[in-house]
Amino acid sequence: MSVIPISYYLVLSAVLFGLGVVAFVFKRNVITVFMSVELMLNAVNLAFVAFARAHGQVDGLAYVFFVIVVAAAEAAVGLAIVVMLAQNRESLNVERMNSLKF
Amino acid sequence: MIFPAILFFVCALLAIVGAVMVILAREPIHSALALILVMMSLAVLYLLLGAEFIAAVQILVYAGAIMILFVTVIMVINAGVEERTDFSKIAKFAGLPLGFFLLLETAHWLYHSAIGAAIANGPGAHAEAFSTRELSTELFRRYLLPFEATSILILIAVLGALVLARKDE
Amino acid sequence: MEFISQHPVLVAAVVKVVVLLFVVMTALAYLTWLERKVVAHIQSRWGPYYVGAHGLLQPLADGIKFLFKEDVTPPASDRLIYLLAPFLALSLALTALGLIPFGPPGVRFPNGQPVFIVSDVSIGLLFLFAITSLGVYGVALAGWSSNSKYPLLGALRSSAQMISYEVSLTVSVVGVLLLAGTLNFNHIIEGQRGYWHWLRIVPHWYIVPQIVGFLCYLTAAIAETNRVPFDLPEAETELVAGFHTEYSSFKFAMFFMAEYANMITVSCLATILFFGGWLSPFPDRWTWQLYLPGAGLLALGVYCAYDSVTEMRGLARLQLSVVTLLALGGGALCLLPGVAPVIQGPFWFTAKVLGFLFFYIWIRGTLPRFRYDQLMSFGWKLLLPVSLANLVLTAAWFAWGWVRG
Repeated sequence: MSVIPISYYLVLSAVLFGLGVVAFVFKRNVITVFMSVELMLNAVNLAFVAFARAHGQVDGLAYVFFVIVVAAAEAAVGLAIVVMLAQNRESLNVERMNSLKF
Repeated sequence: MIFPAILFFVCALLAIVGAVMVILAREPIHSALALILVMMSLAVLYLLLGAEFIAAVQILVYAGAIMILFVTVIMVINAGVEERTDFSKIAKFAGLPLGFFLLLETAHWLYHSAIGAAIANGPGAHAEAFSTRELSTELFRRYLLPFEATSILILIAVLGALVLARKDE
Repeated sequence: MEFISQHPVLVAAVVKVVVLLFVVMTALAYLTWLERKVVAHIQSRWGPYYVGAHGLLQPLADGIKFLFKEDVTPPASDRLIYLLAPFLALSLALTALGLIPFGPPGVRFPNGQPVFIVSDVSIGLLFLFAITSLGVYGVALAGWSSNSKYPLLGALRSSAQMISYEVSLTVSVVGVLLLAGTLNFNHIIEGQRGYWHWLRIVPHWYIVPQIVGFLCYLTAAIAETNRVPFDLPEAETELVAGFHTEYSSFKFAMFFMAEYANMITVSCLATILFFGGWLSPFPDRWTWQLYLPGAGLLALGVYCAYDSVTEMRGLARLQLSVVTLLALGGGALCLLPGVAPVIQGPFWFTAKVLGFLFFYIWIRGTLPRFRYDQLMSFGWKLLLPVSLANLVLTAAWFAWGWVRG
């Protein structure tokens, strides 16, 4: 076994994405829910890079670059919201967050 | 060379173990560490695929900036052990098998797709690494508009975070 | 043997890593000695003096002391992370050093591998920043897992400080990257060969057009490594010992070593980016510079010989004689025609890095600590705008072709 087909990377990406979805559904803490979104984004990035390798084009890498930038922006705003939530409510449990205004 | 194959399987295993740990860990900070493990192993996989720049950016931005933000926030708000809640019966009995089936089918489809048959080996094997120069040229020519849009997006995100963090008068 | 001949890259890499680790560990130990000595002399004291001549065996004594101290793990701590944090800090700090070229790539082993370069990555600078940016984890996790107030406060301060100053650090370096047009350390250094055409004797080092960037880099680097005057994460007078308050024995020593290793890394980076790395500051036609390393060692030997004559204690006199012999022998070796050209690159590199390390210690002996709000407003309101302005000006110059790239 000396060469790795692209499909291995794609399967790994799919598995990671699936685990990310499971984490998103199962986790109860706002922060960990947020982290599972990052996990899914990472899985997608892996697929992008694998596709870029399969086609020998850098476009896939450019997309990954954009995904990473958007993830950074999302984390900045999202975590600011999480900090506000933590200051204004006693629990970080997503199930307790059932009102838009309080 | 058998090293790429070994490296691939070790990193793939680490990534999956890390992702499972994200789900199983009760402490948010353990989840964060497990996610960092996933990101680092993905960075190694990017190196295997010949995408050096993306691997460096992955470590620099994801592991070095975003996750540090997560860890800091967890420390600041002192997020304790997660509460356990009962989820619905339907989710328990139908959701899990269905999700597993979806995963299996996706994997099966990807494995047998035409694109999946292509061979991926990074630098050291027959394939050349992507050149960072080529990627940057592409970014600043073809993707100039999206690139500028992301800079505005970042600016808006910074402003948004500032507005949220501002003390009420 | 077959394996060795079949995998020249791997074998050379392993050898280089082992040698590098040994050298760096020794350097770390003696850096603590240098720091204590220099700070002591700044404060009109003698510093370590009794363990060996001039306290030269003090690092060894410290190491043994650390090894034999009781290793306390606080019962309320998160054990796994508590254990992980010092390992993370030290291993990341040491990994970063593997990317540094200590000498020219032309010097090679018989099997064709470069001697002084452990890994020649095409985007070396980016990888270095990637690895050093992970250094925050060691501090943050140590503070969190200790489950105690002062470490947590120290860790919070540290992560905020390191994230803030990392921005300035990276931006201040981009000016050099514009001039060099590459992220590879060797190419950056090669770009600094020669002289500025309007200043015949000044080497083509990037510090000349990038003096503002260099000052920003230096400030941000001191803050990144948590050194005085930016050592708020471990401010003794306020936070006991900051993030490593609960650590004892060898784990504490690991944090200490990580801090010194980071100091060496940022000094190496400053040398490479602004001071021409392993290039000599003198023109090539001055052939006497080949004998400079040997002459320096010989001078050291003569000084030690003089010192051993005037030294009163018998054991210290013996040690000084050994150092004398080593220095004289090494000096003679460096004068050999086969060795002198090879040793040039590492000699200049080490000399420049040592200069930076001395500067660091000097700063520590001179400046008082910042207050936390001063630190933050300095980083965001002064350092970042200045380094951004430097970047914009450099880009403008470069676009209009005022600076030779």
